[in-house]
Amino acid sequence: MSTIAEKKEKVSVPFDYNKYLRPNKLPHIWCPGCGHGIVLKALLRAIDRAGLEKDNICMVSGIGCSSRTPGYVDFNTLHTLHGRAMAFATGVKLAKPELKVIVITGDGDALAIGGNHFIHACRRNIDMTVLVMTNSTYGMTGGQYSPTTPLDAIATTSRYGNIEPPFDACEMARASGATFVARGTAYHTIELERTIHDALVHKGTSIVDVIDACPTYFGRANKYKSATHMMELIEKDGTVNVKQAEKLPPEKLEGKVLRGVLHKVERPEYCEQYENLIMQKAAAKK
Amino acid sequence: MAQKKKRLLQGNEACVEGALYAGCRFYSGYPITPSTEVAEGMSVRLPKVGGKFIQMEDEIGGIAAAIGGSLAGLKSMTATSGPGFSLKQECIGYACIAEVPLVIVDVMRGGPATGYPTGPSQSDIMAAKWGTHGDHPVIAVTPSSVPEILTETVRAFNLAEKYRTPVMVLYDEIVGHMREPLTIPEPGELEVVDREKATCKPEEYFPYDDRHLVAPLAPFGSGYRFHVTGLNHKQDGFPTNDPKVIDRNNRRIIEKVETDKERIWKNEETALDDAEVAIFTIGSTARSARFAVNELRKSGLKVGLLRPLTIWPFPDAAVAELSKRVNAIVVPELNLGQMVHEVERCARGNCEVEALTRVDGEPITPAQIMHAVRKYL
Amino acid sequence: MTQAVKKLPRIEINEKFCKGCSICVDFCPTDVLELRGPVVAVKNLEACTRCQLCDLRCPDFAIQVFD
Repeated sequence: MSTIAEKKEKVSVPFDYNKYLRPNKLPHIWCPGCGHGIVLKALLRAIDRAGLEKDNICMVSGIGCSSRTPGYVDFNTLHTLHGRAMAFATGVKLAKPELKVIVITGDGDALAIGGNHFIHACRRNIDMTVLVMTNSTYGMTGGQYSPTTPLDAIATTSRYGNIEPPFDACEMARASGATFVARGTAYHTIELERTIHDALVHKGTSIVDVIDACPTYFGRANKYKSATHMMELIEKDGTVNVKQAEKLPPEKLEGKVLRGVLHKVERPEYCEQYENLIMQKAAAKK
Repeated sequence: MAQKKKRLLQGNEACVEGALYAGCRFYSGYPITPSTEVAEGMSVRLPKVGGKFIQMEDEIGGIAAAIGGSLAGLKSMTATSGPGFSLKQECIGYACIAEVPLVIVDVMRGGPATGYPTGPSQSDIMAAKWGTHGDHPVIAVTPSSVPEILTETVRAFNLAEKYRTPVMVLYDEIVGHMREPLTIPEPGELEVVDREKATCKPEEYFPYDDRHLVAPLAPFGSGYRFHVTGLNHKQDGFPTNDPKVIDRNNRRIIEKVETDKERIWKNEETALDDAEVAIFTIGSTARSARFAVNELRKSGLKVGLLRPLTIWPFPDAAVAELSKRVNAIVVPELNLGQMVHEVERCARGNCEVEALTRVDGEPITPAQIMHAVRKYL
Repeated sequence: MTQAVKKLPRIEINEKFCKGCSICVDFCPTDVLELRGPVVAVKNLEACTRCQLCDLRCPDFAIQVFD
């Protein structure tokens, strides 16, 4: 039996997050048990795996808890206005296509106030990776219901239960024309790292909807005992990987949210189209 | 030297020429009457010079992308009109606090709301100054002819780059849509200012360096990795709650414009030397006013015109000085009285100040101005 | 045959960063960790399998396992 030796080989040096962080900006502002930090770590490992250079990354965010992420990472970082991250990011990317643009946004930021920019960035297929941190609440303002808050859930603005049906960021991204659409959770952190990596190396608009927990507001209001409890119920038990789902009977999939790469197609990317078609035609017409 | 070719251009087309002359290489916007020709022109011309044009999904996206383009290092512009100008206001504030050079063209039409899209107006004067919340610096230029739209657009870019702040080009629908002969200036004929480049080591770079009133701005992706936020921030760009730092920066972004306003002001004086009554106005209304001055002078009446090409910061000194030597200042404007309050403030009771307003979508005529002026002669 | 002495891993905890959320404690498959007051602490290092789940799921950059 060589299991011990194998196990020993498996152990690697822990990932050096400081390589990509602004260490003097930590600890971060997120509450105890908030999933955003877990997602950030998966993102940094994915960036490392994709071999991206810090100078060539521009991270853009909107407003909200998750949108504070750019302050902690050592890239070109742009913390913008509520809902506008993808519009600012579109400008950065088109002006300097050699930059790898990563957008960090929350479900309220991306899907409510920023819904229009979300739809149209997907439609253009402009090369950027968008992480939608879906915690089903407006955490920064103290726990109001968001576009992904489940029906009946309690929030400070839905004390009697939420009557607005939530929508699915992935379905919207796909319908809008995004060429890479995936979902992950903070609980499945290794799978998430892989998913984000695949999104980063994809050419075009890549959307990764990341389900993570807000124990402080969503959790407390909806009787979850802890962050762990939320991760187990919502992220672990509430989801199933899309590949596993193929083998499962329909009754086992009821109420489950699919994880993994849900949609991936090749379509011309916006900045390349601009360069190859518009600029060339314009030059020829001089 | 061969004579330069004159072209008959529309005001909005002259804006395109001015932007390109100034080195604009990024345009993002959303179609809106009566500014759309600016977008159309930029969409044709920018790709020919290696620049980028994008029609965004809405007005907010139009200015947001332009801010992004500017941070990536390109001189950037957006154009709009009343309703779009309202929608852009939050982003204008962002560009103010984040100190991002940007030119915003507002071709003024009747309001409020959808108002009168094809009618002229000068009712965004105060929206330009106070439209975005919070205290902030404002520079706005006000051309009144097609050639002047070109030169003032160039000047707007120069001011935006020099002071790292959004600069507005305000002109009414009449000036935007009228056609006049224009000679495109040769390279070098007009001054073109570029933002100050960062030259220090990346690790020593502060995007809001306390040692400067206006710090150099490095483009994203140039090896200077820094943070930009719309929150109150320290010199390194990161958010702060330090009252002293917040106070200093809120004051500094205004001071950088206010302390240099003598260099930003630009006024045209017509027949003011011996004037007993002065007219103060901008844009298409200034054209009527000039006609009125000529007519009244023919009758020996001592009337002159003060026409600011920089409406913000407001030409306090020129108006104050003028108020001491005239009986009255008449302020014709295509709104219900906006500039007139500023004129009253500066005149400090030294002379009569009277508004001449019109909001029916028609221009103020020379006859109306002559009638208003005669009362004080 | 001499018995190899089991080399223990080193678990580094940054107490300044730890917010005591208990995620690492709850998900540790071999019950290595515990909350001691407001922060996490190692209670049974011998049981550590170096799986690194504590690090992977720590939201606060507060715990890492070195071989």
